[in-house]
This record gives sequence, structure tokens and C-alpha cells, in this order.
Amino acid sequence: MSDLSEQGVGKPVRRKEDFRFITGNGHYTDDISRPHQTHGYFLRSPHAHAKIRKIDTRAALAAPGVIAIFTGKDIAADKLGGLICGWTVHSKDGSAMKVGPHPVLALDTVRYVGDHVALVVAETHEEAKSAAELIEVDYEELPACVSLADCEKPGAPQVHPEAPRNTCFEWELGNKAETEAAFAKAAKVVKLDLVNNRLIPNAMEPRAAIGEYDKGTGGYTLHTTSQNPHVARLVLSAFVGVAPEHKLRVIAPDVGGGFGSKIFIYAEETACVWAAAKVGRPIKWTAERSESFMSDAHGRDHLSHAELALDANSKILGLRVKTIANLGAYLSTFSAAVPTYLYGTLLSGQYDIPAIYVEVDGVYTHTAPVDAYRGAGRPEATFLIERIVETAARETGLDPAEFRRRNFVRAFPHQTPVIMNYDAGNYDASLDKAMEIADVKGFAARKAEAARRGKLRGLGYSTYIEACGIAPSAAVGSLGAGVGLWESAEVRVNPTGNVEVLTGSHSHGQGHETTFAQLVSSRLGIPIDQIEIVHGDTDKVQFGMGTYGSRSGAVGMSAIVKALDKVEAKAKKIAAHLMEAAVEDIVFQEGRFTVQGTDKSLAWAEVSLAAYTAHGFPSNEIEPGLKEGAFYDPTNFTFPAGCHICEVEIDPETGVLEIANFVAVDDFGTIINPMIVEGQVHGGIAQGVGQALLELGVYDGESGQLVTGSFMDYCMPRADNVPSFRLGFTKTECPSNPLGMKGCGEAGAIASPPAIINAITDALGIRDIEMPATPARIWKAIQSSRPRAAAE
Amino acid sequence: MTVVSMTVNGKSVSADVEARTLLVHYIREALGLTGTHVGCDTSQCGACVVHVNGRAVKSCAMLAGQAEGAEVVTVEGLAKDGELHPVQKAFREHHGLQCGFCTPGMIMTAVDLIRRKPQLDEQTVREELEGNICRCTGYHNIVKAILAASEEMR
Repeated sequence: MSDLSEQGVGKPVRRKEDFRFITGNGHYTDDISRPHQTHGYFLRSPHAHAKIRKIDTRAALAAPGVIAIFTGKDIAADKLGGLICGWTVHSKDGSAMKVGPHPVLALDTVRYVGDHVALVVAETHEEAKSAAELIEVDYEELPACVSLADCEKPGAPQVHPEAPRNTCFEWELGNKAETEAAFAKAAKVVKLDLVNNRLIPNAMEPRAAIGEYDKGTGGYTLHTTSQNPHVARLVLSAFVGVAPEHKLRVIAPDVGGGFGSKIFIYAEETACVWAAAKVGRPIKWTAERSESFMSDAHGRDHLSHAELALDANSKILGLRVKTIANLGAYLSTFSAAVPTYLYGTLLSGQYDIPAIYVEVDGVYTHTAPVDAYRGAGRPEATFLIERIVETAARETGLDPAEFRRRNFVRAFPHQTPVIMNYDAGNYDASLDKAMEIADVKGFAARKAEAARRGKLRGLGYSTYIEACGIAPSAAVGSLGAGVGLWESAEVRVNPTGNVEVLTGSHSHGQGHETTFAQLVSSRLGIPIDQIEIVHGDTDKVQFGMGTYGSRSGAVGMSAIVKALDKVEAKAKKIAAHLMEAAVEDIVFQEGRFTVQGTDKSLAWAEVSLAAYTAHGFPSNEIEPGLKEGAFYDPTNFTFPAGCHICEVEIDPETGVLEIANFVAVDDFGTIINPMIVEGQVHGGIAQGVGQALLELGVYDGESGQLVTGSFMDYCMPRADNVPSFRLGFTKTECPSNPLGMKGCGEAGAIASPPAIINAITDALGIRDIEMPATPARIWKAIQSSRPRAAAE
Repeated sequence: MTVVSMTVNGKSVSADVEARTLLVHYIREALGLTGTHVGCDTSQCGACVVHVNGRAVKSCAMLAGQAEGAEVVTVEGLAKDGELHPVQKAFREHHGLQCGFCTPGMIMTAVDLIRRKPQLDEQTVREELEGNICRCTGYHNIVKAILAASEEMR
């Protein structure tokens, strides 16, 4: 018997899922082949903006192996709906956001490079790809709107006639009058213009789909690289109309990373499952990496102007922000929510700010759709507030840590002026601990030592907060969400006592098969190898909202807790019956049911078996079987928070930067598996390092061509771009879920970019540098600040 | 079509494929060994690394025909008699993988690295991993796992 104390909540249990991945036995979508499958290839637009005059598929249809070719006209003829945005944002004037239609395959206009023009179905991938080159599309090229700064100006090329000036919405949040009053009485106002650079998610597994249709039953099956297969099924049935919900099975098997990009319902899987019925055979499509670059939803891409009002003691009086957020050419599944309710609501940071007013224009451009990418709105908010706070500290001559302490929220619950109600936290504790691990006291000596070697050393802070759980349904519904954001769980106890837990959460690297099993093991007193976590199949799990927004612990596991409560209650009833005792006298501990105050007891497996033999159950009191389900809807968002400190060393001759030290101290509330949580933080920080130093999605300003369309041009963080990270944890339990969990998946990516940029600006003695701060940009910043330094 | 034969994970194999077939597609499609992954189309990501005649090779950068007669080892062939390779064990022990997609390439690269450079330090491991991209782990635990395995195998 395994030692259960080493498998439960709080232990660094090695992952159950690892064996299949380290031996090459995972089952990712592209690893799956269906009998008689065909291969799909998408012909994509080479233009950012063009009218389609005519598509001639005759030569392509005659090419070897080609089975069928579908265009937007075929989809329209079948009266299939377009792709949707599931969150409706309203403008200041009360009007709903202006939505341009998003056809699965372009109908008469293409709106970004990579937009879907035709689906070629052939016997092999190579034949489909070769045939696509024979399709003749007569395009009338049109000017493209690429520049975020210019897209709302008069004369800019229009993306959708439905949205004049390319403006999808002009959203606001906060109190304008109070904020203006705060600025009117300010002793000092600090202003900053910020760019939050466009990122391309690049999960290592490219998106893939296999659509199939069973003529006999009329049922469809879609294998797809999804973070939320049930939401995909709902959208494909209720909105696109591919098939009724009960006739569509969506399976998301092993998924190789998501980071948000696999939340969304894309054209490719929609077209494959739809067309499978037309050709009568399964259709498989796997993205080439170039297609991922072109057509996965991108992230971030904001231009902002921020102003911070301070009193004479450096206490923040108010914050006002104006942001232009790029939505790309079409609204993706949750894109409208990201730069609004996931952004503006976090602008208070860890600070007690009496007045905040934020305006966000969501705009269309002729670029790939932009949607949630790890952190989704919260990194943009954190970057803004942490950059302007650091700048304010320097301009008031205060130590950046001291400036933050003067403004920290210390009383909870704390109502911000931007919706959020912070439930628990201790921001001094995480700052203290991070400063200790980072040896901030020794920084001056290290800086002096670096200077002797001709190097510039800088230190930067980021004291971040984010909102996770996403959650609760009533709150998100009132803000425009088209769905509820609860989670479901079902616990099925087998007669032999082992357990299957069905969850609506989806694991694509997070290790749910281990952490969820740890929770169940602690609760039922059985080893984790007797617990199977089932997820990612709409035929097995009834419904679920999926995994994003660091919600699977706080929401998904809370649903499991609720189902376990019910299982325990029923099992106690059965145990009471078997031991002829009152149910109130049954105690369940470490896998045994005991009649309190006696030596009478039954093991978990004995009660499980009895549940199914059901011999002698009083039929009006106990039903046979042991299986319970629950839906859990949280009462609030959760608020992970903490402090990241980055120390950099820069070679002024070359602009080359080294991260000399990176410290992250996070308060995630209760932690189930510290090893996995640390791994989540490491990965998040690396993505933040990517944003701060390396990554930038670039479109040519004139042609709208994607310049960074491969790993040759888009700089992904490599092992030698990042250091080993030094982590610490503090803990305040989250009061709004039964486990006290807050969520850990996004914190690294949210907190790290401003810490890095604050360190660089500190090292160089400059006010700002744009992300990504590449050696070239750093070198230029050094060159342009030198004459000024000399003049001073 | 061309018949290409080689030894993969100790077994003689042969398949009739198009001359343009890449080694990675031969392994995944003709042989059904799907542990080797394709993560990019520019030979940058390293998810497809296998061993050809004992050396780590990106199998997307080589035609199947170029491996005619070669000894190829994929991630499926690394464990011997049911016993995991020390590098596989170390990846699990040190949480060197999350989504698992880059993992086969990382492991095959690491095995070759430890063979070439038995005395490893952190900086060397980081530089040697230049050709393998991971989006999940921030490399922290991959580096730890490789150093631990190298220590174990010394």
C-alpha cells in the first residue's frame, strides 16, 4: 500500500501523466488517424485586404487525389452561421459593440493575411497542398489598415462597413467626474505613454482537427486541440449550426499547450467537421507552424496613455487611462472581454486608489484576430500600473518599494473603483519576502561592482494583482458574457472502490490528472493510482466550461469538492445501514467509516461494494450505486498577488542584457502540488521574459504582410535567454472557495514584464523603453541618453 | 515511390514512400511511431529530434531516403526492457515537462548532449538547448533534469 500521506494535498507528487509523454505514448490530435481519413488543406489569403472577384477551382479539382474543394459560397449555401464573439461589450453611449460578420470561409472579402479562402480535401496532405496552389483566385487588392495609432483616423481603410472608423466599441469604466476632481487637486501628475506589444502564442503543438460524420446515426465527431471542448460543441451547434448539440461529440485529447490560443472556435475545425459530412469520410487538418503564426489568435497589442495623480505625500489620488486595443480583422471568441473587463478592472493594482477612469477603444485592423493570451488583459493592466507607479516613485524621489507601501491596500475586503472587490491579501508580506530573496540590500554593492566592470546594473519591481477563477456566472453575465462560468464535476465510485472523476476542466500541461487526484486521495483515503481523472470528451463529461483564466483549481476543483461532499454523505448512509448505526454517528476518516465511540468500522472498498450489491437496502431510503455530480459557481473572482523583482546587467557597448536574478514571490492561497505550481510560475515568467525582451508580432505597415511568420523571425525564448528563477510563496487563503485556492497559471506572465522593464530603465537611467527591449533598442536608448547625460 | 529501409528502435523496417518524404513523416506516418513530433516547419523547434547512428538529428531536416540503412532511435526506443532511461526518469522526477509536446525532442537531445559532454554545467546545458523550444516550462526544470541525469549517468 502506498504511503497516502505523501500523495495528498500539499505534496510535490510526481505527475501521473508523465509516463506517457516521456515514452512517446501521448495521444495528441495529429497522432490520431481515423479509418479512411482524408486530409484538408486551407488556401489562405495572401493579401491583408482584397475583394474576391472569382474563385476558379477547376484545375485544382482535376489534380491527383483531390476529393472536394469548398469555398465560402458552399458554406453560405448550406446556411451555416459565422464564427461568434461570446461576450458583448457596450460603448459609453450604451450601444452594443459593432460586429463585422466572420464567415468560416471568406465570402467576398479577405481581411487579413491568412484569412481562409478555400478548403481542399484530398487523399494525402501533400496532394491537398499541391492542389491548393492550382486554385485561381481573382483578387482586387485594397489598401490595408494596419497601424493601431491611425486606424480610427478619417481616411483609414475600413475593415467592416458595420464599424465606422474601425471602432468596434468605445468602452469606459470608473468614475470620470471623481477622477477629474482628483487630478484637479493633485500635487503632482505623472504621465506615461505605453505600448503593449503584439504577441503570437505559439503553443508547441500546432492546432489540429479531425472532423467525421456517421451516416448511420447522423452523429458528428470532432477531435480538436481545444482548452474547452464543451464550449466548442455549444458554439458549433447553437451558433454555427454544424449539428445539433446531442449529435456532436467533441474530443480534446492530449493537447500540447494552449495559453489561451486553444480556447477559441476557429474556422479550420468548423470547416473540417462540416465538410466531413459532405465528403462522407473523416477530414484531418494539422496546422503547419506558418499557419499558426498567421491564424492563431494573437495577444496583447495595446497603445495606452496613462496619468497618475499624487498628493504631496506620494499617495495616489487618481488614475486615468486611455487605451486603443487591437482586435484584429474579426472578433474572436472572447476578444471583446479581454481589453475591457479583464483589463480595466485590474487597473487599481495592489493600491488604494480612490478614483479611476479608463476608456478603451476596441478597433479593427487588417491583421489576425487578437484574443486572450496567457493573462489576457491582466498583463496589460499590470504593465501599465507597475510602470507608472515605478516612474512616479523615481520622479518623487522615493524608493520604489516605499512608494508602493504608501499606497498598498491593507484592509480587506477592498472595493476598487473598477468593479473588483479584493477579498484577501497581504501585499507587504510578498514584497518583504521578495526583497529578502533578491537581496535588495546588497544591490548597491552589486551595481558598483558591475560598474567597475563597465556594466550597467538595474533593479525593477512589480507588485501585481490579478483576478482569476473567471467566475461568478451572475457577475460575468451582467458584464456581457454569453455563458456562465461555473464548473462541473462527477465522482463515480466503482464497486471495487476505485474512482473516476469527470471534470469540465481540461488539462493541456497543467497536470490536472495529478493534482485533482491528490485532492480526491486526501479526501477519500485511497491512493492516487486508484483515481482516474477523465476530461476532454463531451460524450463522457456532461458539460464543462474548460480551462483558462487560472480557473481549474479554484473553480474546477471546488466542483469536485462539492461532488465529494455528496459522495461522502451517501456513503455514510450506506455505512450506517450496514453497521446498524445512526448516520450522525458515522465518522469517515482516512478511508474508513467508523461508528463513533465503538470499534465498529468498514473500509472504503467495503462500502463501495455494498453500494452496488445493495443487499437489504431500505429501498425508500437508499438508492443503489455511488455516483454524484455537482456544479460549482464561485461567489467572487480570486485575487492572486505577489511581487516579482528582476535584476539585470547590461553591456553598454552592445546593449546585450543578462537577467542576473529573477525572484518571484506569489500568494496563490492553498497550493495542492508545489512542484506543479512552481512549474507554472517558471513557464509564465519565461513568457513574460519573451514579451519584455524578445517577442513581437510585426505586420508590414503598408502591405499588412506578416513579417514575423516563423520561428526564424519571431524570437521565442530559448533556454539561454532565461536564468534559473528563485521562487517564494506567501499565503492568504481565498475566502470565496472551499479550498482557499487562487490560481497560479498566469501570474508569471502577468507580473514579470514590468519588473524587467523597470530594471532596464533603472539600469540605463531612462524613463521608458518599448517592449521588446532588444539589444538594438537598448543600445539605441543608451546612445540617445548619452549626450543628455554629458550635457547635465 | 521509393522503398526506404532502416533499423528503427532495433527493428528492421521498410516502407514505400514518396522520394520527398521527410524522416519525421516516415517515422510518424509510415511506421506509426507518433512519439516524435512536428512543431514547426523551419527546423527550429526540435520537437522531432531522433538519433540517427547515435547522433541527435532533427528528423524534419532530413529525407527518409538519407537514413537508408541507418540505425534510428526514437523516444519510443529509449527505455530498455521496461526500464526508463535515466534522462526520462529525470524529466519526471524534476518536472521537466508540462504539455509533453516538446518532451520527446528534449529528451533525445539531452541523451545525445550527455553522451557528448559528460561534464555538464548549467550554462552549457542552456546553450546546447538552443535548438529545442519549450513554451511551458521556462526551461528551469528541463535544465535541472538534464544536470541531474548527467550526474546520475557519470
